[in-house]
Amino acid sequence: MVLAAAPVLAPLGDRSLSAGATLPSAAEARRIISIIPATTEMLFAMHAGDRLVAVGTYDHFPPEVERLPRVGALLDPDVERIITLRPDLVVLYGTQSDLRSQLDRAGIPYYQYVHRGLPDVAETIRSLGARVGLAREADTLAAGLERQVADVRTRVANRPRPRTLLVFGREPGSLRDIESSGGVGFLHDMLEAAGGSDVFADIKQQSVETSTEMVLARAPEVIIELRYAQGRSRTVDLAAWDALPSVPAVRNHHVYALQGDEFVIPGPRVGVATERLSRTIHPDAW
Amino acid sequence: MPEQTDAGRLRSVTTLHSRRAATVAAFGAFTATVCLLAPLIGSTPIHLSRVFDRTIPFADNLDAQVFYVARLPRVLAAAVVGSGLAMAGVVFQALLRNPLASPDTLGVSAGATLGALVVITFHLDVSAFGVSSIPVGSFAGAVGALAIVYALSLARQRGTSTTVLLLAGIALSALLAALSRFVQVMGDFTDTFRNLRWMMGSLDVASYKEIAVAVVPVSAALLGIISLTRALDLLSLGADAAESRGVDYKRAERIALVSASLSTGAAVSLGGPVPFVGIIVPHMVRLMVGADHRLVVPSSALFGAAFLIVCDAVARTAFRGVEMPVGTITAILGGPFFLWLLFRRRL
Repeated sequence: MVLAAAPVLAPLGDRSLSAGATLPSAAEARRIISIIPATTEMLFAMHAGDRLVAVGTYDHFPPEVERLPRVGALLDPDVERIITLRPDLVVLYGTQSDLRSQLDRAGIPYYQYVHRGLPDVAETIRSLGARVGLAREADTLAAGLERQVADVRTRVANRPRPRTLLVFGREPGSLRDIESSGGVGFLHDMLEAAGGSDVFADIKQQSVETSTEMVLARAPEVIIELRYAQGRSRTVDLAAWDALPSVPAVRNHHVYALQGDEFVIPGPRVGVATERLSRTIHPDAW
Repeated sequence: MPEQTDAGRLRSVTTLHSRRAATVAAFGAFTATVCLLAPLIGSTPIHLSRVFDRTIPFADNLDAQVFYVARLPRVLAAAVVGSGLAMAGVVFQALLRNPLASPDTLGVSAGATLGALVVITFHLDVSAFGVSSIPVGSFAGAVGALAIVYALSLARQRGTSTTVLLLAGIALSALLAALSRFVQVMGDFTDTFRNLRWMMGSLDVASYKEIAVAVVPVSAALLGIISLTRALDLLSLGADAAESRGVDYKRAERIALVSASLSTGAAVSLGGPVPFVGIIVPHMVRLMVGADHRLVVPSSALFGAAFLIVCDAVARTAFRGVEMPVGTITAILGGPFFLWLLFRRRL
């Protein structure tokens, strides 16, 4: 075993080195544990699915992932099980500092990253691919994703950009506890790429706790609600918005619900998600 | 000590009644003023002339929608929640003879939280009477905890001490909180996020039905508690002291416990477990009017309402387009105000 000088790549987050972790060469990472749904999807999409020995609790795509053991998630990683599975690479989130130090002590190398904007998804794919020895496959995947998003941008380039409210959480049956996309993050980037203008672009947060007064004041022309419950159907109760009839989106019947976890997982399917958003905002462009 | 004459007693009673009326009138006027001003404050400028202009169709009247759909329900919800929690806090502190007692102490708040988290995590549709699922589930949880509290109060009648009741309540709260955590673990990350948001408290109810449904138990509790104000004074000295002065303390305790629990359940199901109000508002009021429950109960109900309305107004306006959870503001505003009252009194 070799003590690594720089065992961890962290393309979007902390680039600090992790002294003490053992690191086989990149191509030797053949027993991988990925805790984060986005990276699990990336690994499958770059044909590294057969190297995964365990995944996170909330990983449900692609369907092949269901056969793999679970080792917890962002807040509750099962360190004992992770160590027992003898991985040669653990893919984790940048905020999992406890897990990181435990892996350091156990001599298990890891790769960490954090979600940021849409361009970072492709960068993470390339970086992760290089780390597991599949740089070419990863580059092909990332380039395809970038092309997909660029195609969407081109289609809507000369169209008016309606003020859009992108909602990803709300109490069913009412307008309470509305959570919307703010002016940073991949949801915001996807919306802008899809030809919408984010009504909360000026609020530099990934999520905005949104009151009914804020909706009335921002007067969105389009409202899109994202639904992404796994294995459970959520009632589409868009009628709740009728309580705000002066909002242009409500008055003109431009309130939509889109179902799919590709909207909340910044993985290889963000191109598909961006296209679906665009088809909703600009149906005439498709 | 010379005996008080009939005229002296009459003067004393009249003075007390006058003082009570003046105090309640002062708190009532303050709360009414806050209620009237709060809907005029917000992130969006509105004109009252447009709000009440019936020649403009409601669907086209943004000012009226901001007023009636966004702000007025919030103000009313804050009034109901603040009043319910403050009143419950007064009762629990008197009954348990513990200044740290609060609406959370006997587990009703934890029961309401468990009910809400079950609905959120398992995506249950239990909406009823036009009220959405989460408040319904929360109130059901509160009623379940209330049943346990009631059983505890019956055990108290068989000789259980206040300390045992307090400890049993703490154990029940801990149990229900543990079950809430268990339920949270069962959900996915989006459910966890929604659970956390709910637990921060929110008064943006956007519907009058939920408020109307919550007003009924809170009003019933207020009537029950007001009928016991004299008994609460004596109960806060202990069961023996109450009994020696002719108070049926068992009955009084039972009514007080059920009323305070009902009030807590209704308030939490409407606005979430807003912290600080139930424990600190009663102390603030005592610092202002003294310990007489004939003054403390109505004053706390009124001041609790005004306090939460002000906190919510700050939460929705002070941070330039971004709203803060009201629970953070209650502590940020209430803490220094309470300390100021405390110091002013002691110095």
